[in-house]
Amino acid sequence: MSEMKKIKNLKEFSTSADRFEGANLLCPGCAHSIIVREVLNATNDDLVLAASTGCLEVCTAVYPYTSWDASWIHIGFENGSTAVAGAEAMYKALKTKGRLKQPDRNPKFVAFGGDGASYDIGFQWISGCMERNHDMMYVVLDNEVYANTGGQRSSSTPIGSSATTTPAGSISYGETRNKKDMMGIMAAHNIPYAAQVAPNKWKDMVKKIQKGFATEGAVFINAVSPCTTEWKFDPKDTMHLTDLATDSLVFPLYEVIDGHELNITYRPKEKDIVPVEEYLAAQGRFRHLFKDQYKYLIKEWQERVDANWAYLNRREEARV
Amino acid sequence: MAFDKMELRDIEVWDGNFAAAQALRQCQVDVVSAYPITPSTPIVEGYAKFKSDNYVEGEYVMVESEHAAMSGCIGAAAAGGRVATATSSQGLALMAETLYQASGMRLPIVLNIVNRALAAPLNVNGDHSDMYMVRDSGWIQFDAFCPQEAYDLNFIAFKVSEDHAVRTPAIVNQDGFMTSHTAQGVHTMDDDTAFSFVGEFKPMNDMLDFEHPVTHGVQTEEDWHFEHKARQHNDMMTIVPGKIDAAFEEFAKLTGRKYNQIEQYDMDDADVAVVCMGTSVETAREVAREMREKGIKAGVIGIRVFRPFPFMAIAEALKDVKAVAALDRSAPGGTPGALFNEIAGSLFNSDSKMLLSGYIYGLGGRDLTKKHLVDLYTELQANADAGKVLTQQQQFIGVRGPKLAYL
Repeated sequence: MSEMKKIKNLKEFSTSADRFEGANLLCPGCAHSIIVREVLNATNDDLVLAASTGCLEVCTAVYPYTSWDASWIHIGFENGSTAVAGAEAMYKALKTKGRLKQPDRNPKFVAFGGDGASYDIGFQWISGCMERNHDMMYVVLDNEVYANTGGQRSSSTPIGSSATTTPAGSISYGETRNKKDMMGIMAAHNIPYAAQVAPNKWKDMVKKIQKGFATEGAVFINAVSPCTTEWKFDPKDTMHLTDLATDSLVFPLYEVIDGHELNITYRPKEKDIVPVEEYLAAQGRFRHLFKDQYKYLIKEWQERVDANWAYLNRREEARV
Repeated sequence: MAFDKMELRDIEVWDGNFAAAQALRQCQVDVVSAYPITPSTPIVEGYAKFKSDNYVEGEYVMVESEHAAMSGCIGAAAAGGRVATATSSQGLALMAETLYQASGMRLPIVLNIVNRALAAPLNVNGDHSDMYMVRDSGWIQFDAFCPQEAYDLNFIAFKVSEDHAVRTPAIVNQDGFMTSHTAQGVHTMDDDTAFSFVGEFKPMNDMLDFEHPVTHGVQTEEDWHFEHKARQHNDMMTIVPGKIDAAFEEFAKLTGRKYNQIEQYDMDDADVAVVCMGTSVETAREVAREMREKGIKAGVIGIRVFRPFPFMAIAEALKDVKAVAALDRSAPGGTPGALFNEIAGSLFNSDSKMLLSGYIYGLGGRDLTKKHLVDLYTELQANADAGKVLTQQQQFIGVRGPKLAYL
């Protein structure tokens, strides 16, 4: 049986034994480490972890040091998912053959990747792992940019964001394409469980992660990870930015079970919903949108977020 | 449910692909992660059928690309068990990134490459372009010249690769179609004998040992990267050759079939010699025998171990030979062939007066005929008699159009 942690409050959470050490090279204010801790802290079971090349990987396993007090592997940029799938296959094989060193354990297989590693270069590998329904969890640390390499656009970068390969300029408002709907695509693999999470709503997140761990088969998690460096906000404001993301409904929190049953898991009260404009205004990457010539994009942003929220509500209601 | 053993005749009629699939079955591989590609497809198809018929107990993961196939192998190997896959050509090219990752992470994995040309132009037939492409990838590379050897060398590959002093992945090459799809008599081992040669897998730094968490695939920059790579190379140069010889010896004791890092044919008193790989070795041996009947002292060296390259053995075998041809079955792309360069490197600082000429042949599955080799040996004898290379150093065999010769 899976052994899930019972964590009642933030104090308990912050003092809980940690298999991801604070000694790492991530930027102050980086949400990655918060998300990773929330995922790892959801269980007492043994872990087999992978990271794709990216911020998390280069900041936590620089020889001769490691921040990981759990089995961990990095291969390349695109194949963290398949690394864990291979390990999971070996676990099954050795279990069948009676060769596990600790046969009484119930390990969890988890791969982390940034949005570049997941939405772009590793997309096919993740799709393969989801389609084959390995007993694993894939977690996207979604900061909407190639942050490790200095802020290039990915297919998760939203419209109007200034990235180094889609910079805003005298005739450009930056990124011209809207963010890829990764949750929709992954859920369409009809995997048992997919969920979008945010580190500020940690109880919601832990609940979903535990649900994922209790699920037999492939689990996809998309975690919003505000990036102080590339979104351009003060490192002390990470949680404030995350609040703006979830409360403006730019990052709605929901889950999709078996590819069809959609549940919205966080529904701010009408009066508490933050205008998208506030979310955009808090980040340097959208600063240029507040020039007169681009203000129409802010309006379009709000319309898009409203439409998506309405869509999710219709999906939830329709149960299809 | 326990898996079933398979009754084999002492000699089975197998092609190279099926021989390799049988070897994987008998080694009781824990995880095969694979993607099909011509001409290696029947290896994974054969293995899949074994799995469906309960002759295999391990996991068989059919992934969505060759890159994913090797990625899965790496994850599985790091988890701690016996791992294998197979590919060819474009598949190997797609997989190439992960080959360096597997060897750099010191993970034992056996990869069967059924050698095939690289596009463009697209071609499914045999040459050694794929083998050459990954020659610096840090993998041990064996070369099988026929189905029997494709069978035998898989056992030897696991044995060497999984040795805790080696922990380096290994490739078993065989020629596309000429070996992979040509059925011949193959002397078999029974399942128990075959498995006893490789033995139970002994894990090291395994991710599934939760009492000893390990971090695989770290970052190193200018501070440590060089030391890791130098150590890897050092082990290839100093530890692996001895381990290969020991495995060859042990295999010979078990089966009577003795392999060597270079396979010499009539080399004791040879004046002229051909050095080649794959199915061409057998053709060259037959022609060498016929040349001897004509009074030309011809010999053949087949390269059994392409990596680590057997420089010392080559230097010793060729030291008294007058004229040597290096046959490279890969488009050289603006340089002499790889075998030419390595043979030259083997003898450069020696007292040998050997005359070396290079030949590019067989690209995209073009036949190398006995007639070609008769002409080649005749050319070598003329070089030997003249005391110098009478032709240009690099020639092409069997290509249509105006004669191509360089250097």
